[in-house]
Amino acid sequence: MFKKIFIIIKREYISRVKKKSFVVMTILGPILFAALITLPVIIAQMSDSDYEVGIVDDTDFFYDQLSDGNNVIFTHIPTNIDNALELLRKEKFDAVLHIPEVAFESPSTLQIFTKDAVNLNAKIHIENVLKQEFESLKLGAKGIDEDILRSIETNISIQSIRIQEDGMEETDYPEISMALGIISGILIYIFIFMFGSQVLRGVLEEKTSRIVEVIVSSVKPFQLMMGKIVGVGMVGLTQFLIWVFLTLVIVLSVSTAMPDMFQFTPDEQVHVTSSQMMNSEKLQEQMDTVQQHDTTAGQVLEALSAIKWHVMIFSFIFFFIGGYLLYGALFAAIGSAVDNEADTQQFMLPVTIPLIFAIIFGQMVMQNPSGPVAFWLSIIPLTSPVIMMIRIPFGIPLFDLYLSAFLLIAGFIFTTWMAAKIYRTGILLYGKKVGYKDIWKWIKYK
Amino acid sequence: MNNLIEVNSVTKDFSNHRALDNVSIKVPRQSIFGMLGPNGAGKTTLIRIINQIIGPDKGEIFFKGDKLRPHHVDKIGYLPEERGLYKKMKVGEQALYLAQLKGLDYNYAKKSLKEWFDKFDLLPWWHKKVEALSKGMQQKVQFIITILHKPELLIFDEPFSGFDPININLLKDEIFKLKENGATIIFSTHDMSSVEELCDEIALINKSKKVLEGNVYKIKKQYAKKMFRIEISDISSPLENINNDYFELLDQANKNGLTEAVIKIKNDITTNQLLNEVVKFGNIISFNEVIPSMNEIFIKTVSEQQ
Repeated sequence: MFKKIFIIIKREYISRVKKKSFVVMTILGPILFAALITLPVIIAQMSDSDYEVGIVDDTDFFYDQLSDGNNVIFTHIPTNIDNALELLRKEKFDAVLHIPEVAFESPSTLQIFTKDAVNLNAKIHIENVLKQEFESLKLGAKGIDEDILRSIETNISIQSIRIQEDGMEETDYPEISMALGIISGILIYIFIFMFGSQVLRGVLEEKTSRIVEVIVSSVKPFQLMMGKIVGVGMVGLTQFLIWVFLTLVIVLSVSTAMPDMFQFTPDEQVHVTSSQMMNSEKLQEQMDTVQQHDTTAGQVLEALSAIKWHVMIFSFIFFFIGGYLLYGALFAAIGSAVDNEADTQQFMLPVTIPLIFAIIFGQMVMQNPSGPVAFWLSIIPLTSPVIMMIRIPFGIPLFDLYLSAFLLIAGFIFTTWMAAKIYRTGILLYGKKVGYKDIWKWIKYK
Repeated sequence: MNNLIEVNSVTKDFSNHRALDNVSIKVPRQSIFGMLGPNGAGKTTLIRIINQIIGPDKGEIFFKGDKLRPHHVDKIGYLPEERGLYKKMKVGEQALYLAQLKGLDYNYAKKSLKEWFDKFDLLPWWHKKVEALSKGMQQKVQFIITILHKPELLIFDEPFSGFDPININLLKDEIFKLKENGATIIFSTHDMSSVEELCDEIALINKSKKVLEGNVYKIKKQYAKKMFRIEISDISSPLENINNDYFELLDQANKNGLTEAVIKIKNDITTNQLLNEVVKFGNIISFNEVIPSMNEIFIKTVSEQQ
């Protein structure tokens, strides 16, 4: 009997893997992923041409204080503003900064003139350097030494340490956990949807092409259904693994080819953030950035090594397969109950809602990974594959993990049992519009 | 055990109707057994139960005297009425797949399929996708798949639909050959002329019940109503004057100077007595018994039940 399931799995797997669409998707997928990661960086670098700013300084004080940077180059124009604007019209400069006499007292009188729309990055940079100059001027006026001020500046970044059940202490990195959680949660969501609907279409194809009755005279309907679910699932795993592998290869080769691309110079980052610094909260943020920046590489590495990868990988594969089997059975049942793709809609809704629900509540779960919402959604089998993957990187009590795993197994056994009942009646029923009432009757058949 | 299949008192209920009601049939070995009945009578349900696609609610089925079990599916070949193939799959690949599902070894199946494909002029299509084949060719492929594993029992549900007359003959020849080689065939159809031509035994199912079963010849005899068709020339007196105590004139017509009469004889009267009586009216040209066609028996039995 297993021999026949194996023959079915083999056909389902090979017929899909051989398809052009599979090959194209498998190659295009990682290119798209890699592009998503690397393109913004490349584009950002390409647009960084020098931005020449002419300074008309009526105070004769600032023009040599402003430092170039961020692709902004300052040039002093020793003339009045009208002549400078004439030069701007002739496109000698990209922009003209006017510092009027009254700028000391009221900095809001500062003006920048451009011909095209102003370059936002340049504007931010100019604002930054001016701000620094104004601040140190004011400090000087009040008799405060800048060095003293620097010395009282304190960076506070609380290290969060979680006490483990075994008494060990472990440093927590919520940002890394969050990213890891949401990526794996979304991956599981996409995987279930993509391959679940492939199961649905496969079942529907067998039904509409009327081959199903030929096959079920050789194998049990259950074998045919499981063969299809497992075969398609293996296609999904194959595609996923190739994607991960190719994406890594592309990203790694791009970053080795252009090692500068992924590095930011400290200066820029500090300035950019400080420009937006308006209140103490933002100040704190900026400090974080500074702090983080100093140790980013080390910290990320530390954070990544703090993740329990064996737990992560094992649970990813487990919830991946568990969630797919649970939903795959439901998708197979839907495919068997209808006559054409248009009729699937009414049954798709209740199946897709829990998944969408899980993604929506994922946000809430991330903010409080051990709260009641997180707990319940990661226990209920319909949402647990997505939510559990969001929770796990934050660290999770073993009890929750085992309970969720146990319920997921129970859940997919239940949906498979139910789907088998719907399937064996549905596949042989042609030309009848089926409703929920009919399906309920099919489940009750002995 | 003379019967390949015995169905004993099988009942099957669906949610809102009874599809089979206490149906029993016996399919003798190496016979062609016609399963007849109007649409929705329960034929397909019975066929699906024999194929173990669905299970009966009550009753039992025996295959060569053993209770029907899952392993028997490899001994049965089934060509369903609703049949199709994977459209995007290559013909040869698909035939191999279905043959393997019937338990055939890959190499044996391939060799055997090539022979059959050659016989049915399908070999050039081996690597083509199914959607490139005409409907008739697809039906041929399905027929080959059904018989490839040399099943002891073959079940054909409306096998001739979709075939042209030439291929129908080809198919009928193959069916006879299969029977000669020892197979038992259950044959379900609405086409009564092919029933007369092919079937040894029939069962008529109507409204979930078996209403008639037996040897085709015996059934026809049983339905014959002692009616005779007689052609007479040189009529000397009107046939109406026939002795009404023993004979009943049902019909008469004149054709090309001949009178064709249908006369029914009453009980205990022999055909010789009929001839002696008719001789008085003229010259007998031809004489034969009116035997009902399966079509008439079918319609009569079914409409009597309405």
